[in-house]
Amino acid sequence: MIDGSDDATRARFFARVSEAVGMRPVKQPEPAYRDAIAFAREAATNGAAEAGALAAAADPAAADKRFARFRERLESAHGRLFTDPDALVAWLAAQGARHGYCDPALAPLLAAALARPGAPSLTFETHLERARIDDYRFGITRAAGAIAETGTIILDDAHTARRLAALAPWIHVAVFAPAQIHAHVIDAIAALGDDPNVIWCTGPSKTADVEGILIEGVHGPGEQIALVVPAVS
Amino acid sequence: MSTHPGGHAPDAVDLFAAAQGEERHAAVRLGSKAGHEKRTEILNRDYADPDDLRRLAGAIKQHALDHLDVYLPRAEAQLRAHGARVHFATDAAEARERVLAIMRARGALRVVKAKSMVTEEIELGPFLAHHGIESIETDLGEFIVQIDDDHPSHIVKPIIHKNRREIANSLERYGLGPYDDTPEVITRRARAYLRNKYLTADAGITGANFVSAESGRLVLVTNEGNSRFCLAATGCHVALVGIEKIVPRDRDLGVLLNVLARSATGQQLSVYTEFMRGPRAPAQPDGHEEMHVIFLDNGRTGVLGSEYREILRCIRCGACLNVCPVYRQASGHAYRSVYSGPVGAVLSPLLAGGDFATLADLPKASSLCGACNEVCPVDIPIPDLLLRLRDRAQQTKDVAGEASAAASAGTSMTAWAEVATRPWAWKGALATGGLVNHLPQALRPKPLRVWGQSHVQPPWRGGAFRKWFAQRSRS
Repeated sequence: MIDGSDDATRARFFARVSEAVGMRPVKQPEPAYRDAIAFAREAATNGAAEAGALAAAADPAAADKRFARFRERLESAHGRLFTDPDALVAWLAAQGARHGYCDPALAPLLAAALARPGAPSLTFETHLERARIDDYRFGITRAAGAIAETGTIILDDAHTARRLAALAPWIHVAVFAPAQIHAHVIDAIAALGDDPNVIWCTGPSKTADVEGILIEGVHGPGEQIALVVPAVS
Repeated sequence: MSTHPGGHAPDAVDLFAAAQGEERHAAVRLGSKAGHEKRTEILNRDYADPDDLRRLAGAIKQHALDHLDVYLPRAEAQLRAHGARVHFATDAAEARERVLAIMRARGALRVVKAKSMVTEEIELGPFLAHHGIESIETDLGEFIVQIDDDHPSHIVKPIIHKNRREIANSLERYGLGPYDDTPEVITRRARAYLRNKYLTADAGITGANFVSAESGRLVLVTNEGNSRFCLAATGCHVALVGIEKIVPRDRDLGVLLNVLARSATGQQLSVYTEFMRGPRAPAQPDGHEEMHVIFLDNGRTGVLGSEYREILRCIRCGACLNVCPVYRQASGHAYRSVYSGPVGAVLSPLLAGGDFATLADLPKASSLCGACNEVCPVDIPIPDLLLRLRDRAQQTKDVAGEASAAASAGTSMTAWAEVATRPWAWKGALATGGLVNHLPQALRPKPLRVWGQSHVQPPWRGGAFRKWFAQRSRS
């Protein structure tokens, strides 16, 4: 692997930047503008009162509000939400999605739903074969959480067993617990943590490049599903 | 930055428009209008005072620019600490060589690319092709542009100038199935073709919308999921980033992401917002084990050190294009550079450096109506900057020569600009415009004549606003 720029190149580059920035009366180490956190929270919800109601982490009523807001915003972004694995497998079967991938950690959950009387006959693998990527009609992976304000699902390298499993199949199911739903974009930014790669997914992959007409499922999933269940390992 | 070679050079905007035909005019007009309406609706739905949001976003970007000598090294240190290799490229040639060296070191022969204005700016795709590396654009619009050997005509919607029939023809010509202009079929065919490209590529190249100095995170937004595929399917990620993309802290992203998607496409958030620093986690089987970030100057420090610094706040949302009456009429290609519309009229001549004169007519292609400033998510005073640039163009002797040469050859925006920049000429044009309704085709000014060959000219209705305004002022 080739390394970054050498010291001399770097020094020349930064000399130009410093010269361009020029003299300042006072070097200001920290921004003087308004705090972005309070602003984003209040402005984004049209009012501080509602912002507080959504954000109060310990309050069970606030948790319910976050869940309700998440569902509403996810659906308005053309995503779908399930709280019952049985209903999910029935829906998958109705879509004709009879084979897919499931994160090994979630396999017991899926297997239990498929073992119940009357459950449809779906099959799944817990190992993703890249060479057969188009054989997987659905991919079920864990998510790092969600954002109520925008109906967004949060994936990262730590929770999502395979990046490709959450991307290549037509249907992606992200599994997380209600407690993992952040109130606002700004809260999710604060929770980025140490993961090298975090991706927020807000509804299915889409384009409007052809005459401004909305088409879903361009390169990523055409269906973005949230399965919100209390116990996720 | 070089301007587009050949092709458009000797054509006046009017001639250019005539060659495009009414279908293209309609496509650009409708596309930009719809974009503007969606933007306005969602900002007013979600914010009691959208201007407050724009001012804060502008203050964040301005602060970052004013202290770029502090924030850029911070971002660099964070990226290095998280395993990314950081490169600095003074100009386009250095950036291209850097990419090539990375590819050669990996033995990479196939590259998938996400949409990136900076890679357009340095003309990376043709360069890689010249060196035997296949480089495929994966954004649907950019892919069509690539197979048509065309140029993007809008910062966010690269094929705003094409209708579905042209796109269907392009796919058929490229061998992706028989003609079918259903947008869904077009999209599915591109999905199948590009999926194979991702899975067989050796590296993925992207830009970045923002870089946080605090954490080193690059932020990239897309709707299609193509940049995610570039990072999930290949072993090497190369990000090309203009130095103006730095923001001070992660929390500032909360403001900028909220304003970017709403301004660009009328969404709360784009479908995919990806935060990247360093190679994939060790336990993650998919994606890049190698990450390179190339910070690009290419004329930006020149702009940073000038009275035009504010233009570097731009977050490439395209809102000023959508609202601009000149852009709507002329379309993006008329600006003869990567950045079109009002922002391009400022940025393109500045980034052209020594070739300023070749694009010095662009700042004149504005009626200074101020709409670009009103919609700008980072509150850039574009009309002020255009005026300053016009002064600079006047003061530059060789520019005057260039401009008059251009005018006599009937090129560029000059004729339009001459009228738009002089109130008396504008009034005169409005007052006498009605005469055109009665002129026989052969006696019309040449650009209009050419235009008339492919158009039914609508009756002249200009001047009504000025009349109304004069009466209103009197009463």
